[in-house]
Amino acid sequence: MATHHSRIAARAMMAPAVFLLLVWMLVPLILTLYFSTMDYRPLRGIYECCQGFDNYVRFVTSSSFLESILTTLRLVGGVLLITVLGGVLLALLLDQPIWGQGVVRILVIAPFFVMPTVSALVWKNMFMNPVNGLFAHLATALGLQPIDWLAEAPMLSIILIVSWQWLPFATLILLTAVQSLDSEQLEAAEMDGAGALSRFGHIILPHLARAITVVILIQTIFLLSIFAEIFVTTGGAFGTRTLTYLVYQRIIESQNIGLGSAGGIIAVILANIIAIGLMRVVGKNLDA
Amino acid sequence: MGRIILDKVRKAFGETEVIPPLDLTIEDGEFVVFVGPSGCGKSTLLRLIAGLEDVSGGAIRIDGVDATSTPPAQRKLAMVFQSYALYPHMSVRKNIAFPLRMAGMTAEEQDKRVNAAAKVLNLTDYLDRRPGQLSGGQRQRVAIGRAIVREPSAFLFDEPLSNLDAALRVGMRLEISELHKRLATTMIYVTHDQVEAMTMADKIVVLRAGHIEQVGSPLDLYRAPRNTFVAGFIGSPKMNLIGGAEAAKHGATTIGIRPEHLTVTPAGGTWTGRIGVSEHLGSDTFFHVAIDGIADPVTVRAGGEVALHYGDTIHLTPDLAHLHRFDAQGLRIA
Repeated sequence: MATHHSRIAARAMMAPAVFLLLVWMLVPLILTLYFSTMDYRPLRGIYECCQGFDNYVRFVTSSSFLESILTTLRLVGGVLLITVLGGVLLALLLDQPIWGQGVVRILVIAPFFVMPTVSALVWKNMFMNPVNGLFAHLATALGLQPIDWLAEAPMLSIILIVSWQWLPFATLILLTAVQSLDSEQLEAAEMDGAGALSRFGHIILPHLARAITVVILIQTIFLLSIFAEIFVTTGGAFGTRTLTYLVYQRIIESQNIGLGSAGGIIAVILANIIAIGLMRVVGKNLDA
Repeated sequence: MGRIILDKVRKAFGETEVIPPLDLTIEDGEFVVFVGPSGCGKSTLLRLIAGLEDVSGGAIRIDGVDATSTPPAQRKLAMVFQSYALYPHMSVRKNIAFPLRMAGMTAEEQDKRVNAAAKVLNLTDYLDRRPGQLSGGQRQRVAIGRAIVREPSAFLFDEPLSNLDAALRVGMRLEISELHKRLATTMIYVTHDQVEAMTMADKIVVLRAGHIEQVGSPLDLYRAPRNTFVAGFIGSPKMNLIGGAEAAKHGATTIGIRPEHLTVTPAGGTWTGRIGVSEHLGSDTFFHVAIDGIADPVTVRAGGEVALHYGDTIHLTPDLAHLHRFDAQGLRIA
């Protein structure tokens, strides 16, 4: 297949797509880089070039920066913990032969199709609202004081909402992994005297390691850019300001495009460091 | 100890009964082979003994104790699976030690037993490899190693050689037979290959559609097959089964004569036919001979280097002492 001609043809045909992708990625990146070196505050009519690293220094030294990083890590870590644990359990459950398996599986996947803004609104108004929310009604029915979720436990609330959205993804990938396990291995372990817990620990979990790695990698990359859920629920208040949200506030609320762009570049660098680090740490799982 | 008694054991999956009530006694130290065409229920029977499937009726007794509802781990049986079922993320050492670890044995005792098993099976150099880095035969030996370290009262083999190539299969067959001689532990072996059954078994159980067709030593089955099914299944190449007028001459519905019990002569003889396909194996030659008045071609064994070719006319004489006669139900006429 790989004759000289076919290679030239392949390159020629791929060129438009590659070009489009490059432009799509490079133009915003270069513009952001360009803005990040400027003092650009449109509402005050300031548009001054060549500030060097001033914006970067100001962004990093501001008191909100470190806190926003910690908040981001808490959010990502919390969601990963819930989705991986819950995903493994759900996958094992869905692997059992049950009545109405097809319908149940579709229902489990459904949250993934709901838009983040919509799901955050639904959770905020229908579940977590301290007066009309379902949780409030439940608490009242049990004679308890309703909790104002988003005011009293804002971080936990957002983690719950995001986990609910990402649980289907984890479950789906882990379910296919569970199904690919050779049943004779489990039977052999059973004959070898391994109880249900030992079988899970010694056979199923190692088999799932690779799928869990994939789930963690992919989810981390997407979770670092969580925005809509925070915007809709707390608006970044009560210690829920992640790095992404901080960048948004700098640009839109403070109308400081230079500062925000610098923050954006820092976020991109940090995300890449985390992604590469993750690949290094868990990527060896993927080789075997 | 490893005396296993099946008492009216029955297995049904929903409406379909795969094993009708069945009785069988397996003596301690015996090498028993379940043989039959695919789908005859031999693997299901093995899984019932192992406890991996629940019986639908009847009882399984191991060493006199009713084990019908005992979980598999407590039956003291070890099983070698067709796919070997090795744990891919563990080294060979850990694979073999797994049942010992599950039994809560100390690390030194585990090491001692694993090393002993590895020595027996020539695996010492491979103990730190993963199953993925081993050849088929080596994986097979690891699976056997994992079974023997437990010192079970009986071994169960589920078509263990079917994933190996022909040369390796012959080698492993010998190794398993030797292992049986050395350990003198009961072994139950499932296969669809009658050669494996004939070469390894003390006792062969021929199964068809969940029914036991015949139980006996390999030579018993070879000399006196109880019916046409066993007659056609045991022996290679298979016995010639001839119906019609030729059978009627001997007062039977079907007569059977093995290829090795036909004498080839240049002239005279009972039957005259024309050679069709001939298979030269070096030591023997098998001719497929078309004979007038007999519907199917008759297979006959001749010496390794006979000067007979396609289309030649030859004369065959059956050895009447080894002629098997079967009635209309396909049962042997004594």
